[in-house]
Amino acid sequence: MSEEIKTMKVTIDNITIDVAPGTTILQAARQIGGDVTPPAMCYYSKLEGSGGKCRTCLVEVAAGSTADPRPMPKLVASCRTGVMDGMIVKNMTSEKVPEARAGVVEFLLLNHPLDCPICDQAGECHLQDLGYDHGKEGTRYQFARRTFKKEDIGPFIQLHMTRCILCYRCTYVANQLTDNRVHGVVDRGDHAAISTYISKAIDNEFSGNMIDVCPVGALTDKTFRFKNRVWFTKPVDAHRNCKTPGCCGKTTLWMRGSEVFRVTARKDTWGEVQSFDGKPGWICNTCRFETKNAESWTIEGLTTISRHSVIGVNKYKTLDMPKETTKAVMNGVEPKLLMDIHNISEVNKPGVHLSDIKGPAHSTNFKKQ
Amino acid sequence: MGRKLLLDKINVEGIRHYDVYRKEGGYRSVEKALKMQPNDIVEEVKKSGLRGRGGAGFPTGMKWSFLAKPDGVPRYLVCNADESEPGTFKDRFLMEFIPHILIEGMIVASFALGSNTSYIYIRGEYDWITDILEQAIKEANDNGWLGKNIQGSGFDCQMYVQRGAGAYICGEETALIESLEGKRGNPRIKPPFPAIKGLWDCPTVVNNVETLAAVVPILNEGGDAYAKIGVGRSTGTKLISACGNINKPGIYEIDMTISVEEFIYSDEYCGGIPNGKKLKACIPGGSSVPILPANLLLTTAKGEKRLMNYESLSDGGFATGSMMGSGGFIVLDEDQCIVKHTYTLARFYRHESCGQCSPCREGTGWMEKILLAIESGKGKMSDIDLLWDIQRKIEGNTICPLGDAAAWPVAAAIRHFRDEFEWHVNNPEKCLTENFGLRHYADPVYVAES
Amino acid sequence: MIQFNETTILKVNEIIARYPEGKQKSALLPVLHLAQVEFGGWLAVPVMDYVAQLLQIEPIEVYEVASFYSMYNLKPVGKYVFEVCQTGPCMLNGSDNIIDYIKSTLNINVGETTTDGMFTLKTVECLGACGYAPMMQLGKTYREHLTKEKVDSIIETCRSKAN
Repeated sequence: MSEEIKTMKVTIDNITIDVAPGTTILQAARQIGGDVTPPAMCYYSKLEGSGGKCRTCLVEVAAGSTADPRPMPKLVASCRTGVMDGMIVKNMTSEKVPEARAGVVEFLLLNHPLDCPICDQAGECHLQDLGYDHGKEGTRYQFARRTFKKEDIGPFIQLHMTRCILCYRCTYVANQLTDNRVHGVVDRGDHAAISTYISKAIDNEFSGNMIDVCPVGALTDKTFRFKNRVWFTKPVDAHRNCKTPGCCGKTTLWMRGSEVFRVTARKDTWGEVQSFDGKPGWICNTCRFETKNAESWTIEGLTTISRHSVIGVNKYKTLDMPKETTKAVMNGVEPKLLMDIHNISEVNKPGVHLSDIKGPAHSTNFKKQ
Repeated sequence: MGRKLLLDKINVEGIRHYDVYRKEGGYRSVEKALKMQPNDIVEEVKKSGLRGRGGAGFPTGMKWSFLAKPDGVPRYLVCNADESEPGTFKDRFLMEFIPHILIEGMIVASFALGSNTSYIYIRGEYDWITDILEQAIKEANDNGWLGKNIQGSGFDCQMYVQRGAGAYICGEETALIESLEGKRGNPRIKPPFPAIKGLWDCPTVVNNVETLAAVVPILNEGGDAYAKIGVGRSTGTKLISACGNINKPGIYEIDMTISVEEFIYSDEYCGGIPNGKKLKACIPGGSSVPILPANLLLTTAKGEKRLMNYESLSDGGFATGSMMGSGGFIVLDEDQCIVKHTYTLARFYRHESCGQCSPCREGTGWMEKILLAIESGKGKMSDIDLLWDIQRKIEGNTICPLGDAAAWPVAAAIRHFRDEFEWHVNNPEKCLTENFGLRHYADPVYVAES
Repeated sequence: MIQFNETTILKVNEIIARYPEGKQKSALLPVLHLAQVEFGGWLAVPVMDYVAQLLQIEPIEVYEVASFYSMYNLKPVGKYVFEVCQTGPCMLNGSDNIIDYIKSTLNINVGETTTDGMFTLKTVECLGACGYAPMMQLGKTYREHLTKEKVDSIIETCRSKAN
C-alpha cells in the first residue's frame, strides 16, 4: 500500500518551501537556513518536549493557512507551532518581531552576570550570539542582580546558577538520557533554579551531555575549567571504539598541539549534537572526561564550525601563526601560543573564586608566578 | 430586583446538606439529563449562550463541542476551583454554602461529555471547603447520584476532590492539569489544547465552578429561557464578588442588566462607599483586568451608562474600558494610592509567576521593583516610561495568560493615572506621608486641586 | 524511622485509587499535605524521600513539586502559622497595619518564628477572602475581618490551647 506523501507549502520571509506535515515553523526555517531562521535558546530538536519557553524564536504569522488565511493575533513560538499549508510567516521581515525579540534578549540578560571574561562558555555562548544579533546596547536594569547559593553537583560538572536562563534542556537530558534522575528545577518564578536539591552528585554515565546542551555557561566541564579559552583551542573530529552502550564514540577534541583540553559531542550548524544514522550522537562521560590523551582517539581531521558564532568563522581550518608584526607590537616579546593560565598568576589557580574576592583582583594580592 | 438562578435558595436553612437541597428541587437537572442524548445537552448549553465564568468568557457549549472522542480513550471533566484571582471569592461561596449545585452541574456535564471520572481541583488553602465537598460527594454517592449505574441509567461517574497547594498559576487550565498529574504547575505549550490532549494525555474539559453550577438552571429551565435573561451575548446571571472600599462586601448574583453605578451605590448591592468617601477607581473583573477611574467606570467614553455585563464593561477596549473577567469587583476610595495598589498586584504576579518563560519570569520582578521604587519616593521620571515599555514586551509574548494578567494592571494604571505616578516622582518625601487623592482625573475631566 | 501511621496509610491508598493505574504520581500533592500535617508542619528531606518511595517516583520529582507550591514548608515552622494576606484588596482594608501589629506583638519579623516555637508569621498573596479583609489563614481555616483586638484574642486562644 503506497500512501501519497503530502507536503505543505510555507512561506517564511518571502521564501517558499515545501515541508512534510508536522514540521514546525522553526524546522521549516532551518531547512531554508540563513537569516530566515529564528534563534532558539531552549528548543533542542533532539530533546522531546523542549522549546516554547525562552520566547526568542517568536515569529509573526501573517496568514494561518490557505484554508484560513487570517493572521494569528499574537506572535507565536516558531519552535512549537506546526506549519499549515499556505501559511505565511514573517521573521526578519516583520515589524513586530525584532522589537519583541530585543525585549526577550533584555529579559534573558536582566539577571545574567556580565562575567564573560571569566566564563568558560564565552566564545561559543548562544546568549552572547543572541545578544550581538538581536539585543540592544546597555541595560536599563538598575537593581541588584539575582544570585544563588553555590551548589556542588559532582566532580565533572560545574553549575553556575546565576548564568542559567532556565531553558530546561538539561532536565530533559536528565529525563530522557539517564536513568535515575537526580536533577531538576526547584522553586518557582524568578527564584526557580536548576538543582539536584540536596546536592546529590550526578554520577550517571551520560550526565556530561547536559554541558553540551546548555546554551550558556551555567553547566560547564570541570575538567576543562579555566584551562583555556575556546577560541585558543583547535577542534578536530575524532572517534574511538567506545564500549559504553548508547555512546556514539564520535567526538570533537579541542586541542592545543598534541594536548587534548576538552572533549565534546559533535555539533551541527544550530549548535545541537549531530545525528549519526538518525540517532543523536550523545557521548558518555568516559569519552568526555576521562579520555584526554590524543593516542586513544582516531583523529579524522579538522572540525568545520558552521555555526554562526564568535568561533564560527572557520578560522580553524588553517592555523594562522601570528604575523611578524606581532613581535613588534609586543615589544619584541615572542607571543606565547601554548600557555597554561594557571601558571601565569595565583589568581588563575583552581579554587580561587573571583566572585568571592572583595574588590578587583590585583597583582598586589595575587602574585605573578 | 434581578433574577437569581444559583443563589435563589441560599437562605434556606441546611441547604448545604443533601436532604434539604433535594427537597428544594435539587438534582432535577440530572434526572432530566439522563433521559436526554449527551449531544442534546451540549446543544442546550450552546443555546443558553453561557460563557465561561472563570475569566476568559469563552462560550461553554462551544468548548464542550471541541472535545475529542476517540474510541477506547477515557475523557475527563475537571472543575477548576482554584479560585485565586485577587478580588474573586465567588466560587468559594458557592462551594461552601451550596456545594450540591456544583456536584449536580458536574454530573450533568460528565454525562454530556462522557466523563466517567471527574475531578474538582480546589485551591489548597480552601482546606475546610474540601471537607464540605467531600461530604457532599459522599451524600450524592449514598443517594445514587454518583457511582455505578446512576439512577439506573447505565452511566457511571466517580467524582473526587483534589487539593492544590498554593499556586495562582494552577488556575490556568493546562497548569491545573499538570498539577493534577502531581507535577509543578507549569502551563503547557498550546496546541495541543486539553480538548484533544489534557489530563494524562486524554481529552479533557476544564470548567470553572460557577460555569458548571450554571448548567443546573440551564437544564431545568431550558437553554432558550436562560438566554433570555441578561442582555446581548451576556446571558444568564453572574456572580460578582465585591470587595475593597464598599459598605457591603460580599457575593451578589446579578442578571447583567444593572448599571455599574447602581451596583456600587444601591443598598441591594454594595451599599456605597464607607464614611462618605468618594469613588476613585475600580477594577471590575479581578486584579488582572484594567483599572478604571471613576468617570470612565460609571459612563463609557461615549457617555453611555456602563452596565455590569461582558460587552459594556469592555466598551472602549483597553483605552477607555476594562473587562468582566472573573467578576472580582474591587473598589478604591479617594484615600487609596494607585501606585501602591498597583505595586501589591505586581508583587502578587511576581510571586505567582511559574518561571517557565523569560518575559514573565524576569519582567514581573522588574516591574515590581520599579513600582516599589516609585511608591517609596525613589523613582525617576524615566521609570514610568520604562514600566510602560516592560509591560508591552511581556504582553502577548508569554506561554500563558499570566504575562498578560501581570501587564494589564500596570498598563492601565499608567494609562489612567500617570499624573499620580509623576507626582510620586516629583514629591519623593511628600508621597510617603500624603496621598494624591482625587487630584487626577486627567482624562477626560481634570478636577483641579481645591 | 519515618512512616505514616496506619490510618494515614489507608488514606494514602484511598487517594491513589482515585487515579488510573500507573498514575499514582497524581497523589503527590495530597500526600504531601498529609505528610506535612503528620511530620511536624514541614517537609524535611527524609520525609520527601519517604513520599517518593511510597509513590514510586524519584525523590527529585518530589523536591521539584514541594518547592513549587507555597503551602509546603521546607523549613521548620512554629506550632501556629499566621499567614496574613497582603495583596490589593486586603491592603485596601489595612492589612499592613495588621501585619505590623502582629510583628510588634509577637516581636518577630515576617518569616520568623517566636523563640518559644509557638508562632510563625508569614505574609501570603491573595487567599480568596477579599470581601472579608483583612484576613489570615490559621491552620485549616481562615480568620477574617481582622482587628487588633481579634489578633490579640487569636494569640490568646492559641496560647491557652497549647498549655
